[in-house]
Amino acid sequence: MKITRLNSNHKKLGAKMIEFFGWEMPVEYKGIIDEHNAVRTAAGLFDVSHMGEIMITGKDALAFVQHLTPNDASRLAQNQVQYTALTTPQGTFVDDMLVYCLGPERYLLVVNAANTDKDFRWVVGHLAGFEVKAENLSDSYSQLALQGPRAAEILQPLTDIRLDGMKPFWAAWGKVVGIDSLVSRTGYTGEDGFEIYTTVSEPGRIWNAVLESGRPRGILPIGLGARDTLRLEAKLMLYGNDIDDKTTVLEADLKWIVKFKKGAFLGSDILLKQSEEGIPRKIVGFELLDRGIARPHYPVFVGGEKVAEVRSGTFAPYLKKSIGLVYLPLEKTDIGTEFEIGIRDKKVKAKVIPTPFYKRNY
Amino acid sequence: MYPQDFYYSQDHEWVQVKGDRALVGITEFAQKQLGDVVYVELPAIGVQLTVHQTIGSIESVKAVSEVFSPVSGEVVEVNAELNTSPELVNQDPHGKGWILRLKIKNPADVQSLMKAAEYEKFLEGLAH
Repeated sequence: MKITRLNSNHKKLGAKMIEFFGWEMPVEYKGIIDEHNAVRTAAGLFDVSHMGEIMITGKDALAFVQHLTPNDASRLAQNQVQYTALTTPQGTFVDDMLVYCLGPERYLLVVNAANTDKDFRWVVGHLAGFEVKAENLSDSYSQLALQGPRAAEILQPLTDIRLDGMKPFWAAWGKVVGIDSLVSRTGYTGEDGFEIYTTVSEPGRIWNAVLESGRPRGILPIGLGARDTLRLEAKLMLYGNDIDDKTTVLEADLKWIVKFKKGAFLGSDILLKQSEEGIPRKIVGFELLDRGIARPHYPVFVGGEKVAEVRSGTFAPYLKKSIGLVYLPLEKTDIGTEFEIGIRDKKVKAKVIPTPFYKRNY
Repeated sequence: MYPQDFYYSQDHEWVQVKGDRALVGITEFAQKQLGDVVYVELPAIGVQLTVHQTIGSIESVKAVSEVFSPVSGEVVEVNAELNTSPELVNQDPHGKGWILRLKIKNPADVQSLMKAAEYEKFLEGLAH
């Protein structure tokens, strides 16, 4: 198994370790519920070094990124970030990701850990005709995510970057405890927070310093277990569960990252047709009306007929109810529509509700 | 750690026998493996169970775990507190986190279970 440069830090903290797509990662330390609620009420620190970083440089860097993605990267100023995807010619997902504009000829793609090799092969496979270079820098980067209402007050004493001047989806270069880092106001939890990228061999100094600064403010180290429950409450997509190469960007309710006006991109013709003719199905959020917990792959019934399977589902620790995501036929996606989910030998009632399930109020 | 008067199954359930009644729960080891328990599915009163039949399930945030009956019998009481406070299974697995009470059908069933010392040895064996 691969390990991050913070592996020994997790073990020292007593983390329960699991294998995650070839990586040994912490799934929980104190417990998923405590960790989840710490992020919602104070702060949490995640090791997300397993994620992938692909650097695109050269004369045609912007044109190349525009060709591979549905969002409009030309709107990015230097140090600005946007959520987007790598799309197939069918308008479905190779992956979802963040794109950082680091310069007029320099774009950084930050991709899911599970898809890094696949995504790099995809990028390389489309280089022809573009004066551009693609480098897989994933192994040299460590990445920490500090998330929660107290994230800024915990990080500010440790960095020369003026955090109150950083808007969401912007980044800055600077030092964190004297270590050169790229810091962005981004995250995967629905809270305010920062993602810290560095290529030094000992990012543990940042990890320890953040935990120490955050200790009196209620910070906890957070594992992959709570990372999943946090992102689901915030209705953030998880590749493999909610989006894949069979779901289009419009079916995934991500119309806001599709900018047809910027020009053609891989899959734009299919997506344009879908936007004109209507989508056959759409992902929606639901809550259970009876006792139980809905989980991925549980069958979903409308009018007694199986129409889909649950994509993501859990007991939400902060909201204290069972929630989930499912693709329903478009005519069944109105808020309030009731349906049933098969949980073992029972059929449990559920209802379509607005998303995100949780939205921060600050 | 493991009460001396309990019997233990290989599936990490415990049984406390009092006359013809058996109190059943899951062990400290099991609750630690599960993580935070958020939902417990309890059987109905009157259900007849055979040894190793599924009693119900205990769900943590991440997973669903089946609970098997360590002895045969009839469900006479369930711990309704677990409906509102499933975390009792984590906090006090050998006490307040009890799951159900059976009227024992075949008293000889407990003979195939382990005593505390044996169960602790069994756990050590699992670690390797």
